[in-house]
Amino acid sequence: MPFTVAEKILQAHSPEEVKGPGQIVRCTVDMVLANDITAPLAIKSFDAMGATQVFHKDKVALVCDHFTPNKDIASAEQVRVVREFAQKMGVTHYYEGGDCGVEHALLPETGMVGPGDVVVGADSHTCTYGGLGAFATGMGSTDVAAAMALGETWFKVPTTIKVQIDGELPEYVGAKDLILELIGRIGVAGALYKALEFTGSTVAGLSMEGRMTMANMAIEAGGKVGLFTADQKALDYARAAGHPDPKAFAADPGAAYERVVAIDADDMSPRVACPHLPENVKPVAEVGQVPIRQAVIGSCTNGRIEDLREAAAVLKGRKVAPGVRLIVLPATPRIWRQAMDEGLFTIFLDAGAVVGPPTCGPCLGGHMGILAAGEVCVATTNRNFKGRMGSLDSFVYLAGPAVAAASAVAGQIIHPAAL
Amino acid sequence: MTYRGKAHVVGANIDTDAIIPARFLVTTDPKELGANCMEGLEPGWISRVKPGDIMVAGPNFGCGSSREHAPIALKGAGLPVVVAHSFARIFYRNGFNMGLILLEVGDAVDKLGDGHDLEVDAEAGKIVNHTTGEAVACMPVPAFMAEILAAGGLVGYAKARLAAQG
Repeated sequence: MPFTVAEKILQAHSPEEVKGPGQIVRCTVDMVLANDITAPLAIKSFDAMGATQVFHKDKVALVCDHFTPNKDIASAEQVRVVREFAQKMGVTHYYEGGDCGVEHALLPETGMVGPGDVVVGADSHTCTYGGLGAFATGMGSTDVAAAMALGETWFKVPTTIKVQIDGELPEYVGAKDLILELIGRIGVAGALYKALEFTGSTVAGLSMEGRMTMANMAIEAGGKVGLFTADQKALDYARAAGHPDPKAFAADPGAAYERVVAIDADDMSPRVACPHLPENVKPVAEVGQVPIRQAVIGSCTNGRIEDLREAAAVLKGRKVAPGVRLIVLPATPRIWRQAMDEGLFTIFLDAGAVVGPPTCGPCLGGHMGILAAGEVCVATTNRNFKGRMGSLDSFVYLAGPAVAAASAVAGQIIHPAAL
Repeated sequence: MTYRGKAHVVGANIDTDAIIPARFLVTTDPKELGANCMEGLEPGWISRVKPGDIMVAGPNFGCGSSREHAPIALKGAGLPVVVAHSFARIFYRNGFNMGLILLEVGDAVDKLGDGHDLEVDAEAGKIVNHTTGEAVACMPVPAFMAEILAAGGLVGYAKARLAAQG
């Protein structure tokens, strides 16, 4: 019987025979993740389960990235709870300071996750690792606590939507625009309970960063996972990052898909998701006159080195418009150093940007860029729900790094080519 | 077990930032979270709720982040049951794990109006609308999830598994 990528990875982790969608299977997990917001609850559940040790000291990652550097006493107390648990359990992968980055950028670049893995995390953007070819999905804290204790979890085998993307990407169009286009077409519940499988010539040409940007937002269509087929590029990336055993899974010819969504890359232009849902997607040229007060470049979606380079290419020799705050948050210390060494910070600072530490910060309205009533932000992040970045009366537009940078210069949402 | 209470109707795609905004995620206490429940939808929304009332929602309820604080906040606010057109998948698992009763009814959700007097029988999969006299059937709980519920939720399930491992 022919299988999809999702079914094949699940089969490789389950003693039961995977027969197809709808079946519930128990699977072993290769990495279990929680952060400074979700780990405290997971620890509470872990204790309530009577668990006294984690299933594997090297396969649990606790990354304090959301409200760090700790924004107030309460968040510092939460991090203390996580730190003490990590010490007690002897967890190898605990991060809160100068070695800490946004979890979904940090884990791939350090080889903690890789192709063929099953990963569960108490963070909805755990699906990012689908870019590497991992079956990775977000769960709640108690599900993650059980996985930390047992080394396994359960899944309902999802149906798969195949996303076929072919053609050459025009200038200023990238992975973010492709995933926004898809969410705009299928809606925020378009992949509810389902797997997305990305394929086609455009996808094959994407960098690992680009693939992770796309997989990251599978959840914004309601998806369980956003999977890429691990190719030589993915295997090389994982090995170079230090992953011990990356495995490639490809769909069988004739595998059953619920539907196929085809996107022609040649026809694309930069996309923007307008308030207050990620499915309100328009070509940037059709957004109209939208003056902005803030631009944010960073997050688990677009805070990687390629994103910073893209922003810097637009900002070089230009200035941020008066009255606009441009906030750049490289997603990990490694990316931060790389951006510094490449001279990108000089470009950002000359343009009048603020460069901050790696943190999720403003994406979820945590800190380092909160919006007041009436303020408008263009962000390379992943959610524009009402009040997500601050006041209930503020507005977030989602875009790729080039559009965010160009908009900061123009003081309004704009196509980079129109600068 | 049956639940009877007043319906509070909310719309489609109610996200977890609406249910409990991130600025309140500096605690795991159900009462504190409950006091700020739905603050991301409308400040003070929760003041209309009496303990035992029932939340009624459109499609994709609980979309967005994986925060388990969302079902905890709803329970902490005194809402034991959510009836929705459909649920986002992470929220659905979280709800079960936290002992929040979630019933998926599809288009029949339109038969449940704001302020209606509802009686929910989760085991029988039935909702009676005492205001209109109509009954609404809901999707049964998947067998595997019913097993977890029977074990006292995921905490009880994992506890039994760990005890069996010695």
